[in-house]
Amino acid sequence: MKRLLVLGAGTAGTMVANKLRPRLDEREWNITLVDQNETHYYQPGFLFLPFGGYKREELEKPKRRFMPAGVDLVMGEIDLVEPDNNRVKLIDGTELPYDYLIIATGTHPTPEETPGLGEEGWRESIHEFYTIDGAEALANKLETWEGGKLVVNVIEMPIKCPVAPLEFIFLADAFFAERGMRDSVQLEYVTPLPGAFTKPVAARYLGNMLDERKISLEGDFFLERVDTDENKLVSYDEREVEYDLLVTIPVNMGAEYVGRSGLGDELRHVPVDKHNFLSTKHDNIFALGDAASLPTSKAGSVAHFAVDIFTENFIDYIHGRPMREQFDGHANCFIESGNGKGMLIDFNYDTEPLPGKYPLPGVGPFSLLQETESNHWGKLMFKWVYWNVLLTGKAMPIPALMSMAGKIREEVR
Amino acid sequence: MPVATIAGAEVQVDDEGFMTEYEEWNEDIAVALAANIGIELGESHWQVIKFLREDYKEQGETPMLRRVSNVGGVPTKQLFQLFPKKPAKKMSYIAGVPKPQGCV
Repeated sequence: MKRLLVLGAGTAGTMVANKLRPRLDEREWNITLVDQNETHYYQPGFLFLPFGGYKREELEKPKRRFMPAGVDLVMGEIDLVEPDNNRVKLIDGTELPYDYLIIATGTHPTPEETPGLGEEGWRESIHEFYTIDGAEALANKLETWEGGKLVVNVIEMPIKCPVAPLEFIFLADAFFAERGMRDSVQLEYVTPLPGAFTKPVAARYLGNMLDERKISLEGDFFLERVDTDENKLVSYDEREVEYDLLVTIPVNMGAEYVGRSGLGDELRHVPVDKHNFLSTKHDNIFALGDAASLPTSKAGSVAHFAVDIFTENFIDYIHGRPMREQFDGHANCFIESGNGKGMLIDFNYDTEPLPGKYPLPGVGPFSLLQETESNHWGKLMFKWVYWNVLLTGKAMPIPALMSMAGKIREEVR
Repeated sequence: MPVATIAGAEVQVDDEGFMTEYEEWNEDIAVALAANIGIELGESHWQVIKFLREDYKEQGETPMLRRVSNVGGVPTKQLFQLFPKKPAKKMSYIAGVPKPQGCV
C-alpha cells in the first residue's frame, strides 16, 4: 500500500484530496489528511464580518463534510516532518509514514513578530480581521466607535488575500458614509509597497479609487514597532503615523512545524518549483496553496488553479513520467469596493492585472479593473460556489491557465 | 533590452536600469551604480552587497529584507540607514541582481 499524506485540510488540502481520490486506486493508495481543527472557515467572508455583512455561523462548516469517502482524516497537531525517514510526527506521539507528502497548512497572521502587537490595546484600539475571532471583535468595535483616525497597516508582504486590506478600507469608507459619520473619520492606508498595489496598472486604478474616497496613502512604510503608549506606528526610517483605531495586517507566516522541520524560508513558507510545486529539497514533498513560497498571490483562486495542474502532474509523477503541466501563477480576485460594487483582477507570473472582460472576451459578465455591480454579485455568489463546487473538486468552468483573450494592454506612464 | 555603459563597461539593463546579466557585474560597476543613487559604499554596504550576490547565486532569487537581516546578519534598521527609503530596491540595484519579486 502506498501512502499519500496531506498536511492541512483547508482549501488546498481538501481540494487535492477530492481531486486525487477518484484518480488513485483505493487498493493501492491510502490518502490521509491531517488537521488540528474541525471547522472549515470561508475566509473570504471575514472581510464582510466587521461591517455586519455576515455572522460567524454563516462562515463555518465541519471539515469532515468535505472529505470524500476513502480518505482518512487524522485530528492532531503536527510536531515534525522527518524527510529523511519519510515520516510525520504529531504532538501526541502518533507517527505517520508517507511515500509522498503534500504540505498544505497555509499561512497565518503572526502578530507576535511585531513589537507592540498582541499586547497592550489588542482588540481594544488595535484590531485585525484575518481570523474569525478578530473579525468579530472588530465588528463589535465598529458598532460603537465614535470616529477619529482609522489606519489600515500592512506590515510585510506577502500576505494572504493581498487585496483584502484595500477592500477593507473601501468598505470602511462606505460603512461610515452610510452611518452619516464619514466626516468624523479620517482614513489612512499604510503599506510597505510604493503604492496601493504591486503591479503598476492595477496600482494606478486602485490608487485613484483611494483618492476618490479621500483615503490617504503612506507608501514605502516598513513598520518597526507599534507604540501603544502614544498610539502610533513607527517605521524603520523613523517615520510616525498616529492612529485612534489601528487595523493591522500582521506578518504572515507558515505553520511552526514547517520551520522546526527545516522545510521553510524565513517566513516558514516552503520553497518549491513555481511551475509544479515540487519541493526544491525533497523529491517526494510538494507544497500547495498558501503554504508554498510562490511569486503570486496567496489566495484560494491560486490554490484552486494550482490543484488542477498538480493533479494531472502527480499522476504522471508517480508513474515515473515527467510532469507535463506548467503552472503559470494564475490568480483572480474580486475586489469589493463598497456601495454594492466590486471589481475583478485576473493575472499570472508574467502578466499583470489588465482591464477588459472575463471570462468571455468582450462579454463578461465580469469587468476587469472596473467597478460594477455584477462583479459585486459575483463575489457574493462565490460563497456558494466555494462550498458546493470548489472544495468538492468539481470542475469549474474557467481554465486553470490565464488567458490574454478579453484583456486590453495598457501603457504605464 | 537597452545597453548602458557603466564604469567603462557595456552592460545589459532593464527599463529601470537594473542589470540583467549576473556575470557582467563587477565592483567598479557597483561603485558607479551606487553613485547614481547618491550612495558612497562603505564596509557595511559591501557586506550587504556580497551577501546579495552570493545568496542570489545559491537560491536563484533576490533575498527579501527579512532574509538579509536574519541570514546576512545586517539588522533591518541598519539597512534603512545604509540604503535610505527603499533598501530592497537600492541594494539589489547596486548588487546587479533583479529587484526582489514584488509579492502580489
